[in-house]
Amino acid sequence: MRDVAIVSFAQSNAESEIRSEVEILQPVAAEAISQSGLERSEIDFTCSGSSDWLQGQPFAFVMALDAVGSWPPIKESHVEQDGAWALYEAWVKIQTGEVDSALVYSFGKTSPGDIGLVQAIQLDPYCVTPLWPDLDSLSGIQARACLDAGIVTERQMAEVVSRCLRSAQDNPHAVRKGDYSVDELLDEPFEVSPLRAHDCPANSDGATVMVIMAGDRAKDLCERPVWIRGFDHRIDPPALGTRDLTRIPSARLCAEKAGGADGRLDFAEITAPYSHQEVLLRREMGLADDLPVNLSGGSLAAHTLMSCGLNRIGDAAMRIAGGHGDRALAHAAQGPCLQQNLAVVLEGE
Amino acid sequence: MAERCAVIGVGQTHYDAKRIDVSMPGLLREAALRALEDADLTWNDIDAVVIGKAPDTFEGMMLPENYLSDALGASGKPLLRVHTAGSVGGSTANVAVSLIAAGIHGRVLTIAWEKQSESNAMWGLTLSPPFSVAVVAGAGGFFAPLVRTYMRRSGAPEDTGILVALKDRKNALKNPYAHLKMPDVTYEEIRDSFMLWDPIRYLESCPSSDGACAMIVSSEELAKKAPRKPAWVLGTSMRSEPVQFAKRDAVNPMSGRLAAKDVYEQAGIQDPRKEIDCIECYVPFSWFEPMWMETMGFADEGEGWKLTHDGTTALDGSRPVNMSGGVLSSNAIGASGMCRYAEAANQVRGEAGEHQIDGAKVALGHAYGGGSQYFSMAVFGSEKP
Amino acid sequence: MSIESLVKNAKPLRGPHVIEYPFRRSCGPILSRFFSGLRDGKLVGIRSRTSGVLVPPAEYDPETAEPLDDFVDVGPGGEVVSYAWVSKPRSKQPLQHPFAYALVKLDGADTGLLHVVDVGGDESKVSTGMRVAPRWSAERKGDIHDIEAFVPENEAVPAPPVMKVDETPVGSVLTPLRLEYDFTAGKEQSVFLRGIAEKMILGAKRPGDDLVYVPPRGADPRTAEPTPEFVEVADKGTVVTYSIVRVPSENIDFELPYVCINVLLDGSDLPFFHVLQKCELEDVRIGMRVQASWVPDDQLEPSVTSIAYFEPLDQPDVPFDDIKEYC
Repeated sequence: MRDVAIVSFAQSNAESEIRSEVEILQPVAAEAISQSGLERSEIDFTCSGSSDWLQGQPFAFVMALDAVGSWPPIKESHVEQDGAWALYEAWVKIQTGEVDSALVYSFGKTSPGDIGLVQAIQLDPYCVTPLWPDLDSLSGIQARACLDAGIVTERQMAEVVSRCLRSAQDNPHAVRKGDYSVDELLDEPFEVSPLRAHDCPANSDGATVMVIMAGDRAKDLCERPVWIRGFDHRIDPPALGTRDLTRIPSARLCAEKAGGADGRLDFAEITAPYSHQEVLLRREMGLADDLPVNLSGGSLAAHTLMSCGLNRIGDAAMRIAGGHGDRALAHAAQGPCLQQNLAVVLEGE
Repeated sequence: MAERCAVIGVGQTHYDAKRIDVSMPGLLREAALRALEDADLTWNDIDAVVIGKAPDTFEGMMLPENYLSDALGASGKPLLRVHTAGSVGGSTANVAVSLIAAGIHGRVLTIAWEKQSESNAMWGLTLSPPFSVAVVAGAGGFFAPLVRTYMRRSGAPEDTGILVALKDRKNALKNPYAHLKMPDVTYEEIRDSFMLWDPIRYLESCPSSDGACAMIVSSEELAKKAPRKPAWVLGTSMRSEPVQFAKRDAVNPMSGRLAAKDVYEQAGIQDPRKEIDCIECYVPFSWFEPMWMETMGFADEGEGWKLTHDGTTALDGSRPVNMSGGVLSSNAIGASGMCRYAEAANQVRGEAGEHQIDGAKVALGHAYGGGSQYFSMAVFGSEKP
Repeated sequence: MSIESLVKNAKPLRGPHVIEYPFRRSCGPILSRFFSGLRDGKLVGIRSRTSGVLVPPAEYDPETAEPLDDFVDVGPGGEVVSYAWVSKPRSKQPLQHPFAYALVKLDGADTGLLHVVDVGGDESKVSTGMRVAPRWSAERKGDIHDIEAFVPENEAVPAPPVMKVDETPVGSVLTPLRLEYDFTAGKEQSVFLRGIAEKMILGAKRPGDDLVYVPPRGADPRTAEPTPEFVEVADKGTVVTYSIVRVPSENIDFELPYVCINVLLDGSDLPFFHVLQKCELEDVRIGMRVQASWVPDDQLEPSVTSIAYFEPLDQPDVPFDDIKEYC
């Protein structure tokens, strides 16, 4: 495998954006390219992740090309997935030896539609979508299954929220943050029992851009390159009633294949849009109880759909680049109740 | 450093306007199972799945591949979903090839699909946001002005489009999977067919189809075990450019020209006119055959139409184009690019059945999408590079 | 109004954007059996090697993808495996008073069926492990709504018998989709659209560049740099290419046939699509001069529809060579 490093990263998250996707993405792309030390024309490959349904427009990603520069023509691809999978495709492309560097981006707006309902159309279209279960309800079913199985307690869920929102105070990109005690949180009413509003993701609008580079050139470009040491993703069957919702085999498998357990981890950034999912993912991915997780605040502080997974990877990389740790696991997830999972192990030099 | 890669299995559904006999999972499995059977493999032999389709508005589903993952044997495996507009069938296969070339997997199932009958393509492609004026009627509405520009620029005879359509509709009669089969079709019938988007006639246009196309790509090592002759991937390329900018040439786009140049270089092709035996290219409206012949270097600018008129692109011509009947005969949009690849691969495998070109050694697959701004290409060879 | 004040005062535009379509989904042989069963007031699952009896039945094993065909009668009673309590139902959800979404494991099944549980809005009456049974719809059509809801088993009544047995298997299900969005036009588009409402057509450009984009795109697509400078362009222009549309489309209101033109406005460098009227079809040609015909002043809105159409202008054609870069 070729050594590939994350050499720059930029993001934008806001509760609700009046700007167009191009207007949101353009400055973020300019910032990431500028920070990389590369000219746009020096970046060999471009790959993005987004979903047409967030803005309700087919080919939404076609317009987004305007914001990142595609003239003269570029080698480019797009996944209808979170940007973390676009990063995976770009990493694979570098592994083929055809290219040495890549611009990876993603964007999403959760504010224009009822995002909980929009996501109901990713379910079984014959038997489940016609009942229009919103994502909070489905996650609530999972949370209750975990509570009933004794995998998580309500208090633990509140502890996750309290910790994430406190950490988010240091994150300028967080849209929900604050100092809340566990008891305070437990006094809040239920949104979709057993979930309270703060147990659910802080939906936001934004864009994420990252530049990655292979080998020695990465060393020239940054003081402390953050290397991708392992990278894997897996998917579980879709039917919620067929899955054991208290287990996430694909998360376990991808973390294992990415080499999460092959060395000491200093921290992790994971995609856990609902508070109980952090507890569940820690267990599945073998993260120690005392391992710092989501120092960014994670999805409970800012959840830009299609970008949040790439944000976790970028946040982890920037923390390592800044000297706050040497080895981390970053994780992305999509699909209802963590159906599809991706893990990447990052290491500073 | 890249690993050699081969196509060892190909499977397609029968294409039809409405495949009401199957569900969406059933449609995909029909193609995937045929590809597995062609390669004499089972679901267990597959390491990863790469799936592609065009806009999800057609089926009204978000991330439909997550729902379809277990239907494709992807449980516990990696699954990627590519979407690059109409070129997606090609770019999806390119991503699968990358996974082999990078040495990450041994065998990858790649599949592209569309079940357009769940809704209606004209509806799915014309969802105008507020404050705009809806005038562009579907894909034809977008591409007809480009065809007019090509006619004006090249001065091509007005019946070029009719001749391409006649050829592809005749070719489709030899393809068991083709959607449109018109055994008695004539020049006059095409000429007299309704002008949908003047200058594009009804019979010069592609249908709306349901269907899926699948391929198994494998490493060199595992290709040795394949029961049938593999198609070696000699090169793959992708290029994109903005949909619109001042003075953009959308008729002969730079991205298409660069993608062709790139894929020929990878395949070691000096002169495509001499070294490529046959071509499957994405021609949703018949005039795009001469246009793409120029973009891909098979004719000089303004002269692509001559290859149609002199019979070069005919099934018995010196360099046949769309032997399968092409997109004009079957168009499950997301799958159409992969069909071009699959048909090209089958030509060099000697598995193209009635529309086989004798002795085809090097074949080109081509797909495009968006506003003629996304291109994917691949060259397949009968001999290991 | 001046360009400066337009740019300064242009509030971003928002407007409703609705995606609506009655998707009809062919269901294939396995789901057909399930939906036909529902129509008859019966529940059926399918046996899989790895995951036991699946409800709804799948065509394939969820772990191994092997094909399945061994149908098993299940239910009608079952138990709640897990649930979430919806205190504020949305309008398209099946019940309009508080209810639970739940996974119900039917008797004889090994997997949970996702559906709703109706306990009259009283959350204390629902629990994990509770016994439930279907409350059937009065009129059953062969889709998931044939079960109105699951209710506590002691309140359930058996499915009313079918008056007239329909022998035709269910072939498809109708699953209407309607999603409503609050569309935002973006900053530059909003300036452009506010200009339209004043009968001013504004383009955007990069500082130091002379290429003008109408409508503005948020960035110069060639360089990805912002285009913050606005300039007014004419409402007259040249047809660079066109087509005559004779095919109907759900979302288009123009009467057929209509002429769709790519028009390059004087002062702009980007042709855009609109319609040409007041012109015989055979007279349309590349290079012809045209002018915008605006809706009456009292109907002007921040929308491209304020230009009702373009019409021919009595001026000589522009030679092809002069516009071929834009064609």
